Amino acid sequence: MMFSFPDEVLEHVFSFIQSDKDRNSVSMVCKSWYEIERWCRRKVFVGNCYSVSPRMVIRRFPEFRSIELKGKPHFADFNLVPDGWGGYVFPWIAEMAGAFPWLEEIKLKRMVVTDESLELIAKSFKNFKVLVLSSCEGFSTDGLAAIAASCKNLKELDLRDCEVDDLSGHWLSHFPDTVSLVSLNISCLGSDEVSFSALERLVGRCTNLRTLRLNRAVPLDKIANILRRAPHLVEFGTGTYAADLRPDVYSDLAGAFSSCKELKSLSGFWDLVPAYLPAIYPACSKLTSLNLSYATIQSPDLIKLLSQCPNLQRLLVLDYIEDSGLEALASTCKDLQELRVFPSDPFGAEPNVSLTERGLVAVSSGCPKLQSVLYFCRRMSNEALVTIAKNCPNFTRFRLCIIEPRTADYLTLEPLDVGFGAIVQYCKDLQRLSLSGLLTDRVFEYIGTYAKKLEMLSVAFAGDSDLGLHHVLSGCESLRKLEIRDCPFGDKALLANAAKLDTMRSLWMSSCAVSFGACKLLGQKMPRLNVEVIDERGPPDSRPESCPVDKLYIYRTVAGPRFDMPPFVWTMEDDPSLQLS
Amino acid sequence: MEGGLVLLGGGSSGVSTNESAVLSKVEVVSEAESELELGLGLSLGGGGGGATGKTKAANSSWGECGRILTAKDFPSVVSQRSNNGGPFSGTKRAAESVSHESGSPSGASQVVGWPPIRSYRMNSLVNQAKAQRGDEGDSGVVEKDKPKDALKKKLNSNGKQTTVNEKGHLGFVKVNIDGIPIGRKVDLNAHSSYESLAQALEDMFLRSANSLEKEPLALSKLLDGSSEFVLTYEDKEGDWMLVGDVPWRMFVSSVRRLRIMRTSEANGLAPRFNESNERQKSKPI
Repeated sequence: MMFSFPDEVLEHVFSFIQSDKDRNSVSMVCKSWYEIERWCRRKVFVGNCYSVSPRMVIRRFPEFRSIELKGKPHFADFNLVPDGWGGYVFPWIAEMAGAFPWLEEIKLKRMVVTDESLELIAKSFKNFKVLVLSSCEGFSTDGLAAIAASCKNLKELDLRDCEVDDLSGHWLSHFPDTVSLVSLNISCLGSDEVSFSALERLVGRCTNLRTLRLNRAVPLDKIANILRRAPHLVEFGTGTYAADLRPDVYSDLAGAFSSCKELKSLSGFWDLVPAYLPAIYPACSKLTSLNLSYATIQSPDLIKLLSQCPNLQRLLVLDYIEDSGLEALASTCKDLQELRVFPSDPFGAEPNVSLTERGLVAVSSGCPKLQSVLYFCRRMSNEALVTIAKNCPNFTRFRLCIIEPRTADYLTLEPLDVGFGAIVQYCKDLQRLSLSGLLTDRVFEYIGTYAKKLEMLSVAFAGDSDLGLHHVLSGCESLRKLEIRDCPFGDKALLANAAKLDTMRSLWMSSCAVSFGACKLLGQKMPRLNVEVIDERGPPDSRPESCPVDKLYIYRTVAGPRFDMPPFVWTMEDDPSLQLS
Repeated sequence: MEGGLVLLGGGSSGVSTNESAVLSKVEVVSEAESELELGLGLSLGGGGGGATGKTKAANSSWGECGRILTAKDFPSVVSQRSNNGGPFSGTKRAAESVSHESGSPSGASQVVGWPPIRSYRMNSLVNQAKAQRGDEGDSGVVEKDKPKDALKKKLNSNGKQTTVNEKGHLGFVKVNIDGIPIGRKVDLNAHSSYESLAQALEDMFLRSANSLEKEPLALSKLLDGSSEFVLTYEDKEGDWMLVGDVPWRMFVSSVRRLRIMRTSEANGLAPRFNESNERQKSKPI
């Protein structure tokens, strides 16, 4: 009966299917569904920009309006990927500029974006609406000026955690009078890159503005003026939240915050001065998201603040909150879903705050909806991890970073295998896991056995032998991304599980024990993988083949080897004669 | 190796078709693998002593393996304390720090990219933490219970944000060399002197130049003027200066980026102080 539906009906049905995964499934049902689906896919997601070529994407999906691309491996966030590795967006923009002028959205993560690319975007897409650059680099305020000037229909400009070269603070004045932004995030810009008067005028003009995240350079006394011009803001990020305490400034600020009746999310708060904190109290009861991770306030002030936020779902905070603050959080914020606790002094030899496993246990016990955790601390025990696991079987993301590598259970001095084992055993929907502490191959056996929904695993300073890696590669059915550093994993597990790599997006291994010979072999045998050796010491073939490579990045691709690599990256060649079907 | 897999086959639940395909592939590669096994110089499993052998720093000359930084090598205080008789007995501290560059600063273990905190956040944290530990430099001293006064100091000093670290990665500044379009980044916090910085830059660019198979660039002695290149930097005010004139810490707090310039183009570079203008120009380059 399905066959009698005209294409337009199916297309209409498909239009309700937004998720990428579902769209991919739909396209595999039969040839005609594949055809219909490809013509009506409006959003394309490419998780690894080198897995496919722009031309292939355009050929298959001739009518998309929105594209999301990711470039560098995740460990690039921690400076493990040398500069110049790749991830250039220009070839994509160039292909799309030619093919369709009706593109509306570009979202990029960890890519190199040049001013040239931004200028090409500005010139080529007349109806361009959304630009989201996340952890990108390579552009300056000149490129932003081009976007501002030419994209008359721009709705969203979101630069989160980007590295922008500052050339002029006046790029904001290039926005035409008619622009009506809905979202503007310039929180990553340095001091010289924003002109306050231009900002105020812009905010005043954009009557539909719902998200505004300022950068650190915007002083406290400018916030009130800006907020008054945007009373319908839902998400707001302050600049530096510090100034000498002046009653007039304070009351101005408090008045401005209370006039924003729809605020749900607050962030910014650099250098926060507690005296000004009560100014935000009027907004607290409606807050669902609070990012205080740049605010150096102490636990008592935090507790006072959090007690006003009973509807909080997402909290990012520094470890100044301490166990006591987390206990308070657990008793007031029953809707909490996501918690991230960052270290205030990651390199200090001694703990500077009293934040231990107790805080996390308290939150796991008091917040039944907790799903996502990122927690930096200095000690942990298996007992605590087991308790946490039992308290929160609904975890989807669990990332624990015990600051000193290979730290054992502080109570028993044993490895933390059992604790993490409990996490994967009880949390059946776990999608993302980051390990730390003292760990043997046993933890990987648990992971391979239980973590069937795990999609991303991050491992550092763990394991004893190749068996550990083998457990993960052979057991984790849903694994897409695996990143490993400083572990004694070598050739055996990798070569034995080569086929698994075809089912994953990517594998990163640095400071491990994979030999150059194994890399070559893998490259030869696996035509649909790019096996990249990254080694700044020089060409790997100037050393014996048994020598381990410095860094290894393997990803599946239908685009073949890339040609934009810097001198310290080598892609291992395919050898058709050695391939197995 | 085969023994290990058998253990696993018994324990895991349900062998998927993927797995059986994998097992058949194992047989095919076993020959190559056993050769690899013989070739591998490092022990990979059990026993903590395996890593003692090679302690050369990662940037040693080619033709040798260089040291592989595995979990066993990591100079962890805790694992020495724990001493649980497991496979991690007595880790060997590397002669060089694990960050590949010499002269790493004192304090907790400075491993590249650890703890895993994004650069942007790291910069803010480091500035605050340094200030709280009463570090020198122009960030001033911030006491936990007197934030207002300290901030007054911070804001008054130059009206702008304090150090260069906010513009780039933690201590990482970009460095470009004339003639090579791709820039690199160097971590200033891993150095405590001009000499070690110059050495690192020479290694960085000398090596990559060789791998491009160009003429090896004569970078030796970047600092004393005997080379074909000279090291310059752009400071907070946007001026380009010769590296080496000011005390190291002052340099680190004001540098925005580096450029290795051909000596011939370096004439007329703004010196640090006007009085020394003439002196600079007449220096042999």
